[in-house]
Amino acid sequence: MIRIFIPRDAAALAVGADRVATRLAQEATSRGLDLAIVRTGSRGLHWLEPLVEVETAKGRYAFGPVNANDVGALLDAGFLHPDAKEGIDHPLFLGPTEDIPFLKDQTRLTFARCGIIDPLSLDDYRAHGGLSGLAKAVALQPEAVVEAVTRSGLRGRGGAGFPTGIKWKTVLDCPDTRKYIVCNADEGDSGTFADRMIMEGDPFVVIEGMAIAGLATRATKGFVYIRSEYPHAIDTMTKAVDLARQAGILGPSVLRRGPSFDIEIRTGAGAYVCGEETALLNSLEGKRGVVRAKPPLPAHKGLFGQPTVVNNVISLASVPVILDKGPEHYRDFGMGRSRGTIPIQIAGNARHGGLYEVGFGLTLGEIVDRVAGGTATGRPVKAVQVGGPLGAYFPRALFDTPFEYEAFAAAGGLIGHAGITIFDDTADMLKQARFAMEFCAVESCGKCTPCRIGSTRGVEVVDRIGQGIEPEKNLALLSDLCNTMKFGSLCALGGFTPYPVMSAVTHFPDDFVPAPVAEAAE
Amino acid sequence: MDRHPGKSDLATSVAAIVADLKHLEGPLLPILHAVQEVFGYVPEEAVPIIAADLNLSRAEVHGVVTFYHDYRHQPAGRHVLKLCRAEACQAMGADRLAEQVKIHLGIDFHETSADGAVTLEPVFCLGLCSTAPAAMLDGGVHGRLDASALDSLLAEVVA
Repeated sequence: MIRIFIPRDAAALAVGADRVATRLAQEATSRGLDLAIVRTGSRGLHWLEPLVEVETAKGRYAFGPVNANDVGALLDAGFLHPDAKEGIDHPLFLGPTEDIPFLKDQTRLTFARCGIIDPLSLDDYRAHGGLSGLAKAVALQPEAVVEAVTRSGLRGRGGAGFPTGIKWKTVLDCPDTRKYIVCNADEGDSGTFADRMIMEGDPFVVIEGMAIAGLATRATKGFVYIRSEYPHAIDTMTKAVDLARQAGILGPSVLRRGPSFDIEIRTGAGAYVCGEETALLNSLEGKRGVVRAKPPLPAHKGLFGQPTVVNNVISLASVPVILDKGPEHYRDFGMGRSRGTIPIQIAGNARHGGLYEVGFGLTLGEIVDRVAGGTATGRPVKAVQVGGPLGAYFPRALFDTPFEYEAFAAAGGLIGHAGITIFDDTADMLKQARFAMEFCAVESCGKCTPCRIGSTRGVEVVDRIGQGIEPEKNLALLSDLCNTMKFGSLCALGGFTPYPVMSAVTHFPDDFVPAPVAEAAE
Repeated sequence: MDRHPGKSDLATSVAAIVADLKHLEGPLLPILHAVQEVFGYVPEEAVPIIAADLNLSRAEVHGVVTFYHDYRHQPAGRHVLKLCRAEACQAMGADRLAEQVKIHLGIDFHETSADGAVTLEPVFCLGLCSTAPAAMLDGGVHGRLDASALDSLLAEVVA
């Protein structure tokens, strides 16, 4: 029996992974082949999806991007025995998967299992080191678990970069008996998909991380708030929670020897602003997803007024490996105050798009030119938006910025959820600035004036600049408006929309000079 | 959907959904999702029933229904095409693709084709940013799209 691995990650499904699996099963039947198809998460080499792997005694070999129509020819070329001495004479043959440079150069801690195991097999999960972090945590006092997470240097991967251990400590120190762990899986930033990938490819690691957070803070109930645009992640996480409950990982006693902790999956309803933690809490409570003023912090008064940890999916998914291998192991990766690894998501016009987990500290240029290999269109890179729709546009002149929280802040940007979107030289930065304002106007929750009104005025001002109406005066007005939004908005939606807008204005001034109108013949 | 449930059917059905989900902490969004799942939209008549059962005002429930982009106020077409408009897809020509689709279907975003076959909606990110431009058709995901790939997809479902 030969095992074949085909991803069921949404990015692979979007480019035909199901059709490949179906065709392979048909061919196996008609040719009388003894093979088993295992559906996995994605390895993150998305330009090669659907990436199909064949298991051999020497490890797994990869083929991609495989189209259903390639299956017959692949089988004829010796697809099932890729470790043969003479190799495989087929253009889609990629050799041993782990030797592909994009994968080989990574440090996979959080995504160690993603793309390798069957996401819903607890046996696979255990066999690849799963649950050992939780087993260690359940034997510790809550204070010791918090201490381990603090020492690891883990900071919130959702974008704010707040130290996770300190957040947990605040909730642990609250005397209340009812506390919550909320996993923010409302990954609405364009250019990011790490949350989706881990939920689809290794859902138990998210569950394990939440259970550890529960032990660490004496919380007994967890919610995963997943955006409705992610039906595959919702499905996988729902099944995984059921399986974890049946196996006694969750329920009245964590791992059948700890305190009680259970998880409920909730679906968002298409509001970007619910990725903001207080809007998310309102949404979970069944209210409009309107941002709350802070203080009180969610750690003191969060869900239903109770102490609540709100962590991003990747923050929680990074906790099991910290408990398992020790905080020092995790902390030793990275640079400066940005410790550990970061799953960088390479998106947009990239030759090699996908997920690349590595210690903090690569320069933006290394990521764009070496890892991503430049643009898919083959044209020069003009701009890179880092950190989603609220992140700044970086020109090539800033490509020496190291990928870590402080350096990006110093360069007038943010790493956000670590998505980078590449644009080639056909991009019109005035149009991108306008879109940032338009997006803010569509998604504003309406609570504060700078965001609600400022975004609409922003679209109008950018339009006037584009039409050549008093461009200097309107550029000054735009800058003033952005200043008001940045310092006057209640949350990051209005507060960070100035990043893409002002970075476009600052770094790409030529795009804000109106095209010369053809002069009338004299 | 050939037949819409009658008014009393609607009340019974909504009341049953509420009874089923009322025990949840913060049950309103799950209830609205379930109502939309059954009816294809959130009928206005459902609002007072939900409000009464949850001890909320009609204004509160109305406020929630209208806040979220997902909840429909009338049924969609037989098929729903959500086209991603966010930055990563823009970088791969999503704007041009949207214009072509609009011309092909003869409708703008948030509209349904005259024969009731397709509703076109914008979506801001499907998490398929590395296989852009992306779209979702009736819950199925599609990436690396161009106008001809999208045309054949639509032809498949509309036929």
